[in-house]
Amino acid sequence: MAKYIVKRALIGVVTLFALATITFFMMHIIPGSPFAGETSRLPASVRETLIESYGLDQPLTTQFATYLKNVLHGDFGTSLNRRGRDVVDIILTGLPATASLGIVAFCIALSVGVFLGTAAAFSKQKWVSGAVAFLSTIGVSVPSFLLALLMMLVFGVLLGWLPIVGLSSWQHYIMPSIALALSPIAMITRLVRTSLMEVMRQDYMVLARSKGTSELKVIIRHALKNALVPVITYAGPLIATLLTGSFVVETLFSVPGIGAEFVNSVSNRDYTLIMALTIFYGSFIIIANIVTDLITAAMDPRIRLK
Amino acid sequence: MQESKNLLEVKHLTVDFSTDQGTVHAVRDVSFSLVPGEILGIVGESGSGKSVTMYAVMGLLAENGRVTGGEVIFDGQNISRGAFPTAKAYNRAMCAIRGKTLSMIFQDPMTFLNPVLTIEKQLVEPILNHTKLSHAEARQRALELMRQVGIPSPEKRIRQYPHEFSGGMRQRIIIAIALANNPKLIIADEPTTALDVTIQAQILELIRDLSRKAGSSTIMITHDLGVVASMCDRINIMYGGKVVETGTDKEIFYQPNHPYTKGLLACINNPEEDDQDLVPIPGSPPDLLKPPAGCPFVDRCEKAMKICKLRMPEPTRLSETHISACWLNELARRGRGGDRP
Repeated sequence: MAKYIVKRALIGVVTLFALATITFFMMHIIPGSPFAGETSRLPASVRETLIESYGLDQPLTTQFATYLKNVLHGDFGTSLNRRGRDVVDIILTGLPATASLGIVAFCIALSVGVFLGTAAAFSKQKWVSGAVAFLSTIGVSVPSFLLALLMMLVFGVLLGWLPIVGLSSWQHYIMPSIALALSPIAMITRLVRTSLMEVMRQDYMVLARSKGTSELKVIIRHALKNALVPVITYAGPLIATLLTGSFVVETLFSVPGIGAEFVNSVSNRDYTLIMALTIFYGSFIIIANIVTDLITAAMDPRIRLK
Repeated sequence: MQESKNLLEVKHLTVDFSTDQGTVHAVRDVSFSLVPGEILGIVGESGSGKSVTMYAVMGLLAENGRVTGGEVIFDGQNISRGAFPTAKAYNRAMCAIRGKTLSMIFQDPMTFLNPVLTIEKQLVEPILNHTKLSHAEARQRALELMRQVGIPSPEKRIRQYPHEFSGGMRQRIIIAIALANNPKLIIADEPTTALDVTIQAQILELIRDLSRKAGSSTIMITHDLGVVASMCDRINIMYGGKVVETGTDKEIFYQPNHPYTKGLLACINNPEEDDQDLVPIPGSPPDLLKPPAGCPFVDRCEKAMKICKLRMPEPTRLSETHISACWLNELARRGRGGDRP
């Protein structure tokens, strides 16, 4: 177990290194410069001093080596765009908004998805499973920004029930978290439904009933643990995705989170911020995957941790 | 045979399955009974309705299956769905019986144990369902059961999961689960089909010895006449959803009456004869989506007559215990001038 975690962590570090390398060189290949915006009006001599002070005049490989050295010492650098601000500081400022929105969206997705999926799997009425199938198809196919815009238009502008901009009260959470949760709801609903129906057909359910165990206990004791394994496999990486934020939804609702930072950092060619966010995002997903694998292994003894 | 003496009485049982292709009439008017202590074999090929009959008795039919007629009386109690006003009342009554007085050994040990629960959890469940034992006492009973079914070092094995057991060992666990409360009747649904030939005999012996020790009656469902020959007192031969012949083991093996029974016996290899040709039964079983009006075996029967296709033969009583449903018996009776009552 401990050996497994160490092994996975080492693989994770290698993955992160590959991720950092690819991102570093890719972002430098993209045309443009961090000093192309407002700063372009600066005198050429000042710009050159800036470029020099950030080491951007060096060959790429040298820049990368320097960057890696600094990162290993815990220094992710300062933002090129907002001069003097530590990128770690920028991430930590944006994280609470993003993470709290992500947690709300995750809870909504999980509870609504499990409820709808269970209802569809057990309902004897044909229309229930039909309606759930319809909803989940819609949920998968409608892009979150479209739903976000529609909600903003209807509940924000026309009806005026909900605030559109920011994240300062609980009402502010409603629309962005629903927009974020929509497609996960659809996925979880379908997963829960198919996996429950699959489990209910299994032979061991018949044996469980043959012991004189009541149907409710058969479902709780014998079906749920089996049925939830695929759901957890999906939900683990999902929580990583939601906690690190959605670029689109955060931008639309003007949420001061790191998702929006990511989009801005790319358009500003804010190299240090792009790198820091990529590494942060990557390590979050890697950790979530390791935790997911540990949980599924604990639930299903047939899964061997190698 | 008086009704009160029987442990199990199945009367005119009919089971249908609704499928995409239509209604499958899997069991058609099946009647038989069982006295306490008896070992009954139900023999037939796949799709003959042998397993479905017993799943219907247990009330464990798949969701699309339905008992559409007949009665099941077990241990003096009518346990047909029709004897209860609501599905809830039926389920409650069956939960009290299942695993206590009536239990089942299943076909495939690889799929009938829950992969994510320990052997302990699965083995104490029927004990806790039907007794007032504490968990620790139930665990002791579970260990004792594991010893009885021949599992070495049960203290260690009880904490393991099914995938850590071999097929034969898993089948032993399934047997232990069925025996947990010393049931009055054990239904064994092809308990050796999925096992290695080398362990089949061990498992059969185990079922016979333990059910005898527990004072249980046994119904052995199988497609293997060899299995029933070694352990059953009485045998039902099923074909096309019907019992075509029933008799003691000696009657079935030495005086088979129904052409289908004779056909089955012709397929058995006799180790004492060299160069023996096995005679397969040509054709395939009837389509139970459209069950034949007459004898289900008519299309594969060498001795089929016109009447066989039109009407189902009445059961003919050949002895106190031997009954066969074949028009040839009627022909013989008429030929002899109706010398039978």
